[in-house]
Amino acid sequence: MAALARSWATKPGIGLVASVFWIGLAALPLIGSVWESPSFDYYMFMGQSMLIYAISVLGLNLLIGFNGQISLGHSAFFAVGAYTAAILMNFGGIPYWATLPVAAVVCFGAGFLFGFPALKLEGHYLALATFTLAIAVPQLLKHKSIAGWTGGVGGLLLDKPDPPFGLPLTADQWLYYLCLAVAMVLFWIVFNMLRGRSGRAMMAIRDHAMAAGTMGIDTALYKTATFGISAGITGVAGALSAITIAYVAPDSFTLQLSISFLVGLVVGGIASLPGCMIGGAFIVLVQNSSQSISDWMKDTFSLRYDVPAWAIYGTLLLLLMFFLPNGIAGGLAAIRSRLGRKS
Amino acid sequence: MEFFVQQIASGMTSGAIYACVALGLVMIYVSTDHINFAQGEMAMFATYLAWAMIDAGVPYWVAFGSTILVAFFSGLLIQRVILKPLETAPVLALVVCFIALLSIFNALAGMIWSFTIKQFPSPFPRIDIFGNGLVSAQQIGVVAVTLVMLAILTVFFRYTTLGLAMRAAAQNATSARLMGVRVSWMLALGWGLASGIGAIAGMLVAPIVFLDPNMMTGILVYGFAGALVGGIANPLGAVAGGFIVGVLENLVGSYIIGNELKLSFALIMVVGVLLLKPAGIFGRVIVRRV
Amino acid sequence: MIRRRTALLSAASLAIAGQARAQKKYAPGVTDTEIKIGQTMPYSGNASAYGVAGRNQAAYFRMINEGGGINGRKINFISLDDGYSPPKTMELARQLVERDQVAFLFYPLGTQTNTAIQKYMNQKKVPHLFLATGASKWGDPKNFPWTMGWQPDYHTECRIFGKHIVANIKDPKIAILRQNDDMGNDYIGGFREGLGAGWEKLVVADATYEVTDPTIDSQILQLKNSGANVFMNITTPKFGAQAIKKVAEIGWKPIHYLVSVAASVGAVMRPAGIENGQGIITAQFAKDVTDPRWATSPDYIEWKAFMDKWNPTANQLEGSNVSSYIVVHALVQVLKQCGDDLSRENIMRQAANIKNLEIPLLLPGIKVNTSPTNFYPIRSEQLARFEGDHWTLFGDLISVEGG
Repeated sequence: MAALARSWATKPGIGLVASVFWIGLAALPLIGSVWESPSFDYYMFMGQSMLIYAISVLGLNLLIGFNGQISLGHSAFFAVGAYTAAILMNFGGIPYWATLPVAAVVCFGAGFLFGFPALKLEGHYLALATFTLAIAVPQLLKHKSIAGWTGGVGGLLLDKPDPPFGLPLTADQWLYYLCLAVAMVLFWIVFNMLRGRSGRAMMAIRDHAMAAGTMGIDTALYKTATFGISAGITGVAGALSAITIAYVAPDSFTLQLSISFLVGLVVGGIASLPGCMIGGAFIVLVQNSSQSISDWMKDTFSLRYDVPAWAIYGTLLLLLMFFLPNGIAGGLAAIRSRLGRKS
Repeated sequence: MEFFVQQIASGMTSGAIYACVALGLVMIYVSTDHINFAQGEMAMFATYLAWAMIDAGVPYWVAFGSTILVAFFSGLLIQRVILKPLETAPVLALVVCFIALLSIFNALAGMIWSFTIKQFPSPFPRIDIFGNGLVSAQQIGVVAVTLVMLAILTVFFRYTTLGLAMRAAAQNATSARLMGVRVSWMLALGWGLASGIGAIAGMLVAPIVFLDPNMMTGILVYGFAGALVGGIANPLGAVAGGFIVGVLENLVGSYIIGNELKLSFALIMVVGVLLLKPAGIFGRVIVRRV
Repeated sequence: MIRRRTALLSAASLAIAGQARAQKKYAPGVTDTEIKIGQTMPYSGNASAYGVAGRNQAAYFRMINEGGGINGRKINFISLDDGYSPPKTMELARQLVERDQVAFLFYPLGTQTNTAIQKYMNQKKVPHLFLATGASKWGDPKNFPWTMGWQPDYHTECRIFGKHIVANIKDPKIAILRQNDDMGNDYIGGFREGLGAGWEKLVVADATYEVTDPTIDSQILQLKNSGANVFMNITTPKFGAQAIKKVAEIGWKPIHYLVSVAASVGAVMRPAGIENGQGIITAQFAKDVTDPRWATSPDYIEWKAFMDKWNPTANQLEGSNVSSYIVVHALVQVLKQCGDDLSRENIMRQAANIKNLEIPLLLPGIKVNTSPTNFYPIRSEQLARFEGDHWTLFGDLISVEGG
């Protein structure tokens, strides 16, 4: 897995591929000017969701894929980011775009703090602690002592922002660009971090923590910092989701959300940056098609019941662990290297 | 004073539930070195199988016994088919598998039996032990069965060859293999036993909390807390930990922080124990040598 | 001359064509042969027990389609799973409105979930009809002209309980158990209103619980310990059953009020133990199908026939199968009233124009009424006491002004 991470980063032409990819994504909303479709704004909204999930998976990937820790509780940081943005917009009158850096900082702090106890926990234990965190968070959000700020169980309703400077875009197109810009910035930051010394230190800790320690890497600092950065990234995604959905409520941030991130990560490919985008798109697409998949399965296998969505995800996860442990990105890379070997 | 006693008694009874679940968790941990996140859902699914049998007219004890057997073999099967190929995979892959199993069992139970609660019969007579409805025979029964299981397991692990072989396989597979232990089968056996214990836990708990697919989710967290507090490698510790968690949760909820923060309290306990004494109150620290 | 006649003829034909066009007005999703309706329901996750309602309604629409539809148009009912998660509901609402082009949303379930999409539905001017939630905020035509609630709301129901306690019980000492969420909060607000200005003196204990709590035994003990003689039980089915059972087990005999959400015979009273539920009071607006007094009434017979034929796998003891049946009748009436003008404006207009509609399985005397200033279709309930193995009505219909 380490080799995989290094190889694509140093491949020549990676910059070109990435540029083409991002430019392509940026061009998508412009199709709306040409293709008159009443659903176009809906597709823009879906695009926003995919980008938001991709950013969340990026945060999780940094921690799990590149630093070897584990977290089943990233829904907590997503929630903190979302509520930070919501509270700032609602009570502080702060413009939506300014809430993003604040959410990043707040979640970095939360992640860093959680990273301290996480230092002493490995593997299963850390998974357990973060699992408990994910389950405890919705209840915490509802607590009456902070209900004045969080809106308690009813949540906070927000206003959806309009495009600035009177640009000829719909609100959804503008928000899509916002999510895209944020995604580009975050991916670029992570990409550079991974290529540099910090990235190598992180990955060294992942591959053999004890050896890394003896080599002079301050493992404690790096691990807590990585937890913080990972939380910060996912927190920004949470803030974006508060802006695009225009509503935050405790029931939006359950264990199911953490599991969705995990699914996206595993499907896209652990320790793969392109995999984060694949994972993000996957979460949204599969959640939308679970009804169709269930209908298809009902017809093909003459089942009596609807196949529930989570049974499908679970089975998918298992199959992936067996056949595609490096996710789709890993699978593509394997195909590419095999083709490369042939020629 | 009477209220205090009542809360302790009530805490002991929920503690018995947690202790029961914790036993299954310990079983998996001792025999395979893993934490099984799907333990609760597997127990719930087994309980539904028992319910379906009883609903179809099968007598209670026959259903009880058959369910344990079915659970045992399913656990074995899951280990052989799904987990064994991933023996050498990183921890993340295993955690993902457990989460996957959790989702599958929960969704399947909801699909087959719907999410409406069902009544599950209790094998214990409906007598009132102390005359004030404080503790029912069912709850005493849970405590009794848990202690019996604990005794059997302790004896099994400490005094039988098979138990020793299982512990060896979990702690040091290579050496165990050199000693002639069939490691893979030990792991499978561990899973089978854990599933069986889980099934018993589910069938004991369901009469109290009513059977529904989300029955175990809340309990699992407290079960984890109990297992950790007492020592996840130690059956006695896990049971003790379960009772401690049950009583503390009630007392803290009634007197200190109110009922709305019970889960956060569980979280603090989990994190606290993991930080301060990861081996638990009754556990022994294992030093890892490089 | 000929030119003038031609001109007259063309003018006349234009006028007639214009009138014909004006007579048939279609919202997106409506054609000569089809009406597309959208819905979001929790079919997965914690609240999945409520998904029973959606399935029942799907069966009802199948029956209608078999009979030729409404005014010759078949119903294309798209009910999607939102897992009770507001962001998902938002996504699905947008999908239904913008991609699938449904005419309107019908009976979407959940308070937080509907809160998330209310502003959107009103901005898009899509009818957001007959919400499946008891929250009291849905009857606000001035600010949200496209959203209409349905059932007697939680606030109103608990106000009825509060008033009943004050009027009938001397020196009440009240203990409350409630779920720590918006439903619980809504109920408690109405309850306090019903008790009147001195409610703080009357309530001696107030315990909450979370849906993740395994048992509520600890809370019940706390409540009994307060010395209360009245118990206001504000729970959802699973915990309602646990509470009823525990209260009986510890020998506490308060006057027990139970919210209608947790009063289903099949989902709550039977699992809790029939003998434990004797004397419990609840409020109802629908007939209890296990009450033998309704066994011969034609609406019960019709409902049973429908369930047996079109939704045979459903549990007939579940209250959702009755409440979902009732509301779908109201929708059919609205659509019939629309005739050929199925524009969204007219659908909303007709929804706000229901006059004295009697629906099968509503309690006798309860009529559905809406107007441009009244967006609370059902505003009456009647108290019932659990006797034997079913709910027995007593007293009169109680009508409350909405909100």
